[in-house]
Amino acid sequence: MRGNIVIAGIGHTAFGKLPGRDTVSLNVEACRKALADAGVPKDAVDAVFVKTPTSSRELMYGQKLAEALGLQPRMGCAFDQGGAANVTGIMLAALAIEAGQCEVALVCYADNPRTGSRAVYARPRGDDAAYGWFSTAAGYAMLHQRYLLDYAPLPEAFGHVAVACRANGAANPNAQLKLPLSMEQYLAAPWVVEPLRRDDCCLVSDGGAAIVVMSARRARELGVRQPVPILGFGQGQTSWEVVQRPELTSTMAATAARTAFAMAGLAPKDVDVAQIYDCFTITVLMTLEDYGFCKPGHAAGFVAEGRIAAGGDLPINTSGGLLSETGMPGLQLVLEGVRQIRGTSTMQKKGAKVALVSNQGGTMHTHATLLLGA
Amino acid sequence: MADHPLPELTPLSEPYWKALDQGHLVFQRCTCGHAWLPPRLQCTACLGDDWRWERASGRGRLVSWVIYHTAYHEAFRSRVPYNVAIVALDEGPRLITNILAPASALARDMPVTLAIKREQGFALARFRPA
Repeated sequence: MRGNIVIAGIGHTAFGKLPGRDTVSLNVEACRKALADAGVPKDAVDAVFVKTPTSSRELMYGQKLAEALGLQPRMGCAFDQGGAANVTGIMLAALAIEAGQCEVALVCYADNPRTGSRAVYARPRGDDAAYGWFSTAAGYAMLHQRYLLDYAPLPEAFGHVAVACRANGAANPNAQLKLPLSMEQYLAAPWVVEPLRRDDCCLVSDGGAAIVVMSARRARELGVRQPVPILGFGQGQTSWEVVQRPELTSTMAATAARTAFAMAGLAPKDVDVAQIYDCFTITVLMTLEDYGFCKPGHAAGFVAEGRIAAGGDLPINTSGGLLSETGMPGLQLVLEGVRQIRGTSTMQKKGAKVALVSNQGGTMHTHATLLLGA
Repeated sequence: MADHPLPELTPLSEPYWKALDQGHLVFQRCTCGHAWLPPRLQCTACLGDDWRWERASGRGRLVSWVIYHTAYHEAFRSRVPYNVAIVALDEGPRLITNILAPASALARDMPVTLAIKREQGFALARFRPA
């Protein structure tokens, strides 16, 4: 089914602090803009796949959203795979379209932890709060620390990721944080949970994004202007809590990528530009290794050579990623992958033919990979 | 001072915390041989529910750790910087704990040994360098 399904339109809200907006309204705005970008009327939509907001749980969220969209879709669901949910939603939409269950799907996500509650990110981690085990960041700090113990990279390895993403965000007028970062600033910043420094950690943001998915044939019938074909996708679910995980410096991301590359008939060397989920900088280094861009333990050398920076052979997170564009968990990376193939990014890789997107959720509990191409 | 956050006792977890209170670290072992923590009703290897509590040697190794420089809870405000660590017991199960040592004394895979410490009278399974 390589190339049979396309992303026909993309849309997003402003990113940052958006007081007075609930998540349903942010989703509706993003969907309206995605449909306008595709040039497709709302009535063509017959499926809605939405990731549930991270910061507050609501029952029947999918139906609340469909109602607000004025839709009675043939198919849809609200589901949770953490930050892997967006690419997972695209997979579900593509498989459903291929199976004749629906024709035009909206895949969307919105949240408002910046003006609403960000308690989830500082949460006690079950009974282990008795030992002082709190927060989302601490789980990643545990992975980061084991990576330091196993491979002894310099702290600059993580800094190169933050510096590259922040430079890209500074060039993106839509980015929440348009403040470039120097290596000196990275190294001098305070600890969040050691070994995580301030700029290893992504933003907390309000905002929403949406995409329109349909078959290439339907896109032609509807006169979609810039459809971007989906070449491959895959998932891998590590599942074990960090404490139970037998392996801390590698995850099922490797399986997700292998599946996606096999479906697309491509290899890592064919990728022109990558949007790598960067909730924390350790996630980027581990993903580069698991995907086969470099060997285990060699990501530090890979990023130090400038390869992931704009102008490198594998520029990453060209709109700023979670570290700079918006802390939204993952859908903004898909939108930027689409822009790279269309040739409309603010940090465009010249002649990009293959764009890769990684999504991951939990503390690297679950992973999804998407390959887009011209 | 704020109350220390303490585990919620359930019929499943109570024997674990009671054993600690009496000076023993225990874990679950299935008839299939698989051993685990934290407490759960079924074995993740064979999915069976024919398991029993077994006493741990108290020996393990340090897998990874983090250092909190800011407190996420009032009760830890006076303790920063403090560590939270993953220890793998010699018998296999892994747990979240604290190592009773300064950060400079922590090392990859270092051997550690059980040191039960109380918070507001409640016994917790902490470890010290072996």
